[in-house]
Amino acid sequence: MAPENWIERIRDPKMECMSRDEMAVLQGKKLVNLVERVYNNVDFYNKKMKDLGVEPGDIRGIEDISKLPFTTKEDLRNNYPFGLLAVPKSEVARVQGTSGTTGKLTLMSYTQHDADVWGECVARCLSMAGLTKEDMIHVCYGYGLFTGGMGLDLGARALGAMAIPMSAGNTKRQIMCMEDFGATAFACTPSYALYLAESMRDAGVVDKMKIKAGIHGAEPWTEEMRHKIEDILHINCFDIYGLCEISGPGVAQDCIHHAGLHIHHDYFYPEVLKPGTGEAVAEGELGELVFTTLSKEAMPLLRYRTKDLTTITYDTCECGRTSPRISKFKGRTDDMKVIRGVNVFPTQVETALLGMGGSVASHYLMVVDRKDNLDRLTVLVEVDESLFSDEIRKLDELKNKVGAVLKQALGIAVNVKLVEPKTIERSEGKAKRVIDKRDLV
Amino acid sequence: MSITIQQLSVFLENREGSLDEVLAVLASNDVNIVALSLADTAEYGMLRMIVSDPNKGRAVLKENGMSVMLTDVVALRVPHETGSLSKAMHQIVEGEVNVEYMYAFANGEDASAVIKSDDPARLVDILRGSGFDVWEASEAYVSNIKNRM
Repeated sequence: MAPENWIERIRDPKMECMSRDEMAVLQGKKLVNLVERVYNNVDFYNKKMKDLGVEPGDIRGIEDISKLPFTTKEDLRNNYPFGLLAVPKSEVARVQGTSGTTGKLTLMSYTQHDADVWGECVARCLSMAGLTKEDMIHVCYGYGLFTGGMGLDLGARALGAMAIPMSAGNTKRQIMCMEDFGATAFACTPSYALYLAESMRDAGVVDKMKIKAGIHGAEPWTEEMRHKIEDILHINCFDIYGLCEISGPGVAQDCIHHAGLHIHHDYFYPEVLKPGTGEAVAEGELGELVFTTLSKEAMPLLRYRTKDLTTITYDTCECGRTSPRISKFKGRTDDMKVIRGVNVFPTQVETALLGMGGSVASHYLMVVDRKDNLDRLTVLVEVDESLFSDEIRKLDELKNKVGAVLKQALGIAVNVKLVEPKTIERSEGKAKRVIDKRDLV
Repeated sequence: MSITIQQLSVFLENREGSLDEVLAVLASNDVNIVALSLADTAEYGMLRMIVSDPNKGRAVLKENGMSVMLTDVVALRVPHETGSLSKAMHQIVEGEVNVEYMYAFANGEDASAVIKSDDPARLVDILRGSGFDVWEASEAYVSNIKNRM
């Protein structure tokens, strides 16, 4: 529910509130143009389309999109760094990248127009968060190849607001600058936002802050976490989504109604497909999010498989926007496990454990194996000081309680195993949450 | 003088070498084990010990990443006479103190039983009131150490 006195600000009402039919026509025109461009300028797409027996003439409207080939992360890696350019390299104004877990970068190129569109999309998100040119946005996303810092900066610029380019790290200094400059919004990952919020509370400076909105993304996070940050700082927080391959943050964001993330679908055409098969799922059904960049010049992508799993809805939101909304991310296709026919994600386990009110440490590991042709899920939970009891009865109670909560959340029986603290591997980047010991090919 | 003593408890995973690790840490830090009990379930074990320096034991195990805690327990002196433990237990039941677990430690002249209860102070009163002796903490920790100063 929107707070009292909330003024909904829609930056581009024409695009954001356009009827579905009109939008489909616009998307169709853009797609036809895009297919021409990649067919003629990108060898990779030329070959892929020829392999599928598809010619640019076959694409007459947005409904023809399913005829087009997919693009995967591997394709980007194979054509690293500039193999997928659809413009001469001299037209490229900047590059951004992600480090990726396998070591090699994923590098994306932008023309000046691409960067402007990116800024425009972020500006729409900032407006959605209630911000205007009067606002001061403290950006503690990293600046550099990573799209976080630059994306928010470009967005603030497009909005006419002030960007404070703090970049990441040094929490004390972040808080001092926020207080001294009087920032009215801040942008960073949700986990850092929570850390900052707790630090501000502990330092007793929350009341001195002028912050009213938090823009957080680049990591999956739960509603519980959003409420936690909002309650500490007395602000509204928004979930911004994006990926470097498509442009960066600002592909989608939720509005004050938090009923899913609005996709800027005049620029990024979304499909939600069944993992594996590539068929479209029904509205509201879980599938892999796939994007086609309708306007991108430098490095446009056809049907890029994000591996992010979500559901999509097309009904008009309470805020007035007609843009389709994707649900908060359930996980990635990489992480999803089908156990006894049930889809299970680490995020579900995390939500369930966090929901136990701090009585369970947040470090856990899911192990899936198969015994007598039956899949089994074991969740390892570390017994740290706060959980430890020297009475076996109490440890068993804890084990049973965790088991019951997980069964409720996942819909399958879970074997809980209590393990010694710090025995679950910590990693610097993304934590490894699932081990699959089944020999499934 | 404390009349309850501090038991050092350690959570052990059922895997090779976990007990060995705990014992090695205590040994290398000069913490002597006076008594111990090892309870096990299908998946994990619970090592409970009376040691020469419970706080130090806790600190060094914690430094090594183990889950440890100190619990107040009572160390009852049981004379080497048939029926003496039975008599003590009888008094405990009469006094309505609940025994959660118990284990023994031997120390030459008499036997001893470590008792975890829901009310250690009351347990001591009951035992003393019915003629039993309990270990003082300062004695218990150094019990069984050769070449005592």
